[in-house]
Amino acid sequence: MRTPDLIRFARDAATGNPLRSFLLVLAMAIGVGAVVVLTALGDGARRYVLNEFSSIGSNLVIVLPGRSQTGGFNPGNAVTSTPRDLTIDDAQALLRARAVHRAAPLAVGTSEISFGGKLREVMVVGTTAEFIDVRRLALAQGRFLPAGDWRRGVSEAVIGAKVRDEMFGHESALGQLARIGDRRFRIVGVLASSGQGLGMNTDELVIVPVALAQAMFNSNTLFRILVEATGREAIEPAKAQVTEIIKQRHDGEEDVTIITQDAVLATFDRLLGTMTLAVAGIAAISLAVAGILVMNVMLVSVTQRTAEIGLLKALGATGATIRNAFLTEAAMLSVAGALLGFVLGQAGAALIRQLYPAYPAFPPDWAVLAGLGTALFTGIVFGVLPAGRAARLDPVQSLSRR
Amino acid sequence: MSAALIELAGIERVFHLGDSEVHALRCLDLRIAAGEYVAVMGPSGSGKSTLLNLLGLLDRPNAGTYRLEGRDVTTLSAEEQARVRSERIGFVFQSFHLVPRLTAAENVALPMILAGIAPAQRAQRVARTLRDYGLENRADHRPDQLSGGQRQRVAIARATIMQPAVILADEPTGNLDRATGEEVMRLLEALNGQGVTLIVVTHDGALGARARRQLLMEDGALAHDSASPDEVKDACALPT
Ligand SMILES: Nc1ncnc2c1ncn2[C@@H]1O[C@H](COP(=O)(O)OP(=O)(O)OP(=O)(O)O)[C@@H](O)[C@H]1O
Ligand SMILES: [Mg+2]
Repeated sequence: MRTPDLIRFARDAATGNPLRSFLLVLAMAIGVGAVVVLTALGDGARRYVLNEFSSIGSNLVIVLPGRSQTGGFNPGNAVTSTPRDLTIDDAQALLRARAVHRAAPLAVGTSEISFGGKLREVMVVGTTAEFIDVRRLALAQGRFLPAGDWRRGVSEAVIGAKVRDEMFGHESALGQLARIGDRRFRIVGVLASSGQGLGMNTDELVIVPVALAQAMFNSNTLFRILVEATGREAIEPAKAQVTEIIKQRHDGEEDVTIITQDAVLATFDRLLGTMTLAVAGIAAISLAVAGILVMNVMLVSVTQRTAEIGLLKALGATGATIRNAFLTEAAMLSVAGALLGFVLGQAGAALIRQLYPAYPAFPPDWAVLAGLGTALFTGIVFGVLPAGRAARLDPVQSLSRR
Repeated sequence: MSAALIELAGIERVFHLGDSEVHALRCLDLRIAAGEYVAVMGPSGSGKSTLLNLLGLLDRPNAGTYRLEGRDVTTLSAEEQARVRSERIGFVFQSFHLVPRLTAAENVALPMILAGIAPAQRAQRVARTLRDYGLENRADHRPDQLSGGQRQRVAIARATIMQPAVILADEPTGNLDRATGEEVMRLLEALNGQGVTLIVVTHDGALGARARRQLLMEDGALAHDSASPDEVKDACALPT
């Protein structure tokens, strides 16, 4: 039998029983569609997290007080029970490191802001002019904190978009005097709304000079120091140099934890990548189920078409021809199902993106290819058994059945 | 005697039904020359269909040899037998056995498609054959849109399209009224007139009488052969 004839014959056989073919294609489509949508969700989550992290600022090195638990045994820890705090001087000292481009100290606490009779609890961040660049934040109005001596500071504050809306409403916030804690600050800038973010939501922040924040919280320690390396390849040197400087300043003790964004990113990347794989695995089970369905439907089809198979043999068809015809039919139905599933899956992913614009729900290429490949593979593999059974049918028996 | 087209010697066909054995054919010797017109008759269950299936290589005997055009075909592989069926044998069945989803033209073309003949040549031969059988207006009709007689004509067209040496017809008029059956028989006989060997199984004595040679089957054995009326005996029944 010629290939075009074989394909036409298989197509006619498939369309000759529309309900059966439709169910088969649907099963396959659901399997492939599930792979596409679920991996789009999984990979979307991965991308979302990665995006959020890169929006914090690139080439970022974060210095935390205290030795991290994962650092293993450190003789220094055994001697001093409490780690030394980070101070503004420590932060300023880091600027000496060659791989460090900028640094911003961070003191964090909660306080109240009040203006015109309105009162609201806010998170107050004490920092310096460098913060806006290190964290890659944008301003909606006004300007950021002025540069100057880190240990002093003018009573000026920058507020988040949500704080502005709630405290000032339709009034202009710029230039207003608001009380934060027990001091009066002049509002000089409003941050651009950043939407949802990991960690701190900048929309609800009030940013003041670090020295004033420390006075407000009555402490001279820092929550952390944000360091921006001079470039991507400078992140590791920056880490080493920062460690060295802190060690010198803390009597030879390495009592800080240094996180690079790369490391955090890599961890999340691995974690969410694994999750996507797991989800793809679950979806692949539905493909296997579809494959088994293909097999059963084809087996039923063989039984229903025994007379036809017997006839074809009487007309000179070899077992191989019959087998090929059934295999082609199974493969064609699987291909149709896989393509339909691909379209449905892509549409589903597009719908998710439409509903949640922040969520980059794009199925990864590998998942799409694997889904399509598995569909074809299962369709054909599970088609082999019915096709073989059809090929072995005894023509006399098949013909005599009416 | 000229070389026989079909030569059966000591054919046995035994079916096992549970513990019991059914001898559908026993100790059958038969020679049919090319171009003969043979009617096979006999009571129900006497083995007529079994014989025809065997002649058509749809079934294998348990014992004995079958020579078709001088070649022993019982020892051929399944694939080789399929080729012989494709090229030398045409079937006509009582219940037509058309593929319901295919049109008349497609049904007629089926043996050529299975044999891998090129589409251009196919179309030409199908058109001519349909014309020969008065079906040119029914080419695009599906079997359920055809009358019984038309269906059987399509089946005969299909059986002849590969120009076989022998046509095997199992009660070809069994599902047709007398007039239509008559017409179908005339078509088959016309083919025989062109030199195709025709073997027809029938219950109808009148139709059987039209053949030049009658075989009477009884209980799996040949009870009477009009070509050699005297020497009919049941040698195999005797213990040896
Ligand atoms: N596949 C089979 N399995 C078991 N027994 C069978 C089978 N095919 C035929 N037989 C038996 O073989 C015998 C001959 O059957 P066959 O179909 O050849 O008869 P027939 O002469 O064609 O009868 P009818 O005129 O009714 O068509 C019967 O007894 C039948 O029951
Ligand atoms: Mg019969």
